[in-house]
Amino acid sequence: MSKVMGERPKALLDVPLHYCPGCTHGIVHRLVAEVIDELGIEGKTVGVASVGCSVFTYNYFGCDMVQAPHGRAPAVATGVKRARPDNVVFTYQGDGDLAAIGMGETVHAAARGENIVAIFINNAIYGMTGGQMAPTTLPGQVTQTTPYGRDTSVAGNPIRVCELLSSVKGVALAERVTVDCVKNVKAAKKAIKKAFEYQMAGKGYCIVEVVSTCPTNWGMAPGEALQWLRDNMLPYYPLGVYKDVGEEGEQ
Amino acid sequence: MNDLNILLAGFGGQGILFTGKVIAYAGLMEGKEVSWLPSYGPEMRGGTANCSVCLSENKIGSPLVTNPDVLVAMNLPSLEKFENDVVPGGIIIVDSSIIAKKVQRTDVKTIYIPASEIAEENGIKGAANMVILGKLFKETCFCSEENLDKGLQKTIPPKKMDLLDKNRLCIKLGREN
Amino acid sequence: MSDKVLMKGNEAIAEAAIAAGCRHFFGYPITPQTEVAAYMSKRMPKIGGVYLQAESEVASINMVLGAGAAGVRVMTSTSSPGISLMSEGISYIAGSDVPCLIVNVERGGPGLGGIQPSQSDYFQATKATGHGDFHMLVFAPSTVQETVDLISDAFDLGDKYRMPTMILSDGLLGQMMEPVVLPEAKDPTDNKEWAVKGHQGKRAHNVVNSLYIDPKELEDLNIARFEKYKKIMETEQRAEEYLVDDADIVLVAFGASSRIAHSAVDMARKQGIKAGLIRPITLWPFPEKTIKKHIDHAKVFLSVEMNMGQMVEDVRLTVQDKKPVHFFGRTGGMVPTPKEVLEQIVKLNGGEC
Repeated sequence: MSKVMGERPKALLDVPLHYCPGCTHGIVHRLVAEVIDELGIEGKTVGVASVGCSVFTYNYFGCDMVQAPHGRAPAVATGVKRARPDNVVFTYQGDGDLAAIGMGETVHAAARGENIVAIFINNAIYGMTGGQMAPTTLPGQVTQTTPYGRDTSVAGNPIRVCELLSSVKGVALAERVTVDCVKNVKAAKKAIKKAFEYQMAGKGYCIVEVVSTCPTNWGMAPGEALQWLRDNMLPYYPLGVYKDVGEEGEQ
Repeated sequence: MNDLNILLAGFGGQGILFTGKVIAYAGLMEGKEVSWLPSYGPEMRGGTANCSVCLSENKIGSPLVTNPDVLVAMNLPSLEKFENDVVPGGIIIVDSSIIAKKVQRTDVKTIYIPASEIAEENGIKGAANMVILGKLFKETCFCSEENLDKGLQKTIPPKKMDLLDKNRLCIKLGREN
Repeated sequence: MSDKVLMKGNEAIAEAAIAAGCRHFFGYPITPQTEVAAYMSKRMPKIGGVYLQAESEVASINMVLGAGAAGVRVMTSTSSPGISLMSEGISYIAGSDVPCLIVNVERGGPGLGGIQPSQSDYFQATKATGHGDFHMLVFAPSTVQETVDLISDAFDLGDKYRMPTMILSDGLLGQMMEPVVLPEAKDPTDNKEWAVKGHQGKRAHNVVNSLYIDPKELEDLNIARFEKYKKIMETEQRAEEYLVDDADIVLVAFGASSRIAHSAVDMARKQGIKAGLIRPITLWPFPEKTIKKHIDHAKVFLSVEMNMGQMVEDVRLTVQDKKPVHFFGRTGGMVPTPKEVLEQIVKLNGGEC
């Protein structure tokens, strides 16, 4: 007798994803979709796709989707949420989108306590355009546009987004997770679920930063990339809860 | 009455824009085409304000009054700036309690009225603009007495309606002085 | 119908939008349009609407994209430099077929320019508000009343054709007060099938998007959109004619400068010069039909603008060298006087001024 051990979440459409082998986008997509299923909110959820590797998320999620200009997903999500406060609204953004071109929109959406969820994929590189330096690229990290390694005296320092947003009043949840192993995948899902629940309770802006890999542009095999993440990314971007207003909400 | 293009000018805070609005509203009550255009931007914060008001029997073209039939000058820079723009045969009304200088033009009718003093003597400091309005009304008869009062009532914000009678008094003083 | 009230152009824009059923406004302060936002911030909370001051024009236009995609009537207003910042978002809005209203209360440029009235964004509004192949409906009112009337039409036509629409005003029309009669309040039905507002399990998911990686797909979509534009060019051109039928000298002017041109035409007629005025009300589509009607009898055309000569190019394209087309304008925030325009008319009539 064969037994179905796990099915595709309903909120994830039955289409092939375009992501590279070993990319963690697929895992995060699945987690978001599982949360949407478990909360039974697909019918009232609107997702906002950004620009970067995740630009095609509008083809993958079963909920209504709108695609935003580069960096503007928080503003587009604000428009959707203000027009339809009963909808659940989330953005799905990479590090270039959220922390470089869209930092202004991000900080201000957060400061307004905009009732939206931001799923933030931090893989320290621009994937879609072929591996250029991101605002989260580590010091010394080689990318297409930092061929000698990121020299912080020239190219500036990587931004720790959760730490930064944790100081902003209006943020209900800022949590950094990763998906390198089963334990961490479970923790990541818990954080994503909490973010959606907080939105439904009207608590404010929630961001879940997922420290991710980009095997292709890092030039590594998937397993190697996960190890590089543990060895290099996590020390600079420690996992944890940076802000959580809890049951009571912000005081 | 023919078409009337009025330019009111003075310091910010003298009620230049308000006066223009009363005139425009009174004109509207009179059934005329009207327009009101203020100066705007940093210039206002720099302390000068002016306002173009057009009253016409016909559709109003440019609402920007460059050659006024009537110039109201409530400070010296305004008089100096606009004196030469007034059409020949036009009227210049000067608040003589603020401006000591005399009008140089001889081809216009000049009216000196110590509007600020009159207002202050009657215990309504800061209402020189209404004294001038009274004078302007007397000189040009741009609308009926009834419509002038209606214009005033339309322009005073509801919260400040207690000032209606004081404004009426100042208009009266302007007409009599 | 309500009574005639005196209203500032900018405030009338806001009140007219509310009357048209708009309950969502996103904006950022800039002179000389700030009264629109200030008025909205006062009114919206009292009628259950949304007023939100964004952190930039970039953000406000994208909030407009989000709300428009969610299917509500939405608008923003700004002045010239703000439109430059919004051009990215406007392109996405057009590429996503999202209706919305954008108001430009123009000021002098380029750069920070000035804050006095100008019409120097004609090219930007009608040719290239953003990157890519697209157009939007552009209306150019010339009075406060017409501004009010066109706002309602702009919302309706934007919904009808699923495209952004623009009211091209300027500092003069925005700051001046004129009598207006406000229209009856409308309550547009919330029935946009394509909008993203949650499928409620009753349909496949809607996607509002402007990305098409397959070039053939993008070409087909652009061609389809231009088929729609063609229909709009056939049916939505608007212009007003004033004393044009027997005119030798035909002025073409829109918005604030058309008021001055109108006065100049009256002055010319008093001198016995047969002058007339064509006033484009839609700038895109450009009212070429109206202009073409008068090419035969006109001796000369004169485009009067508050810029260095922008609409004159469309007049020339329409007249196609069949008659001379001249230009007169002031720029940088200077407003031409009727006398200056009259001098041009007299000169074109072969006289001295």
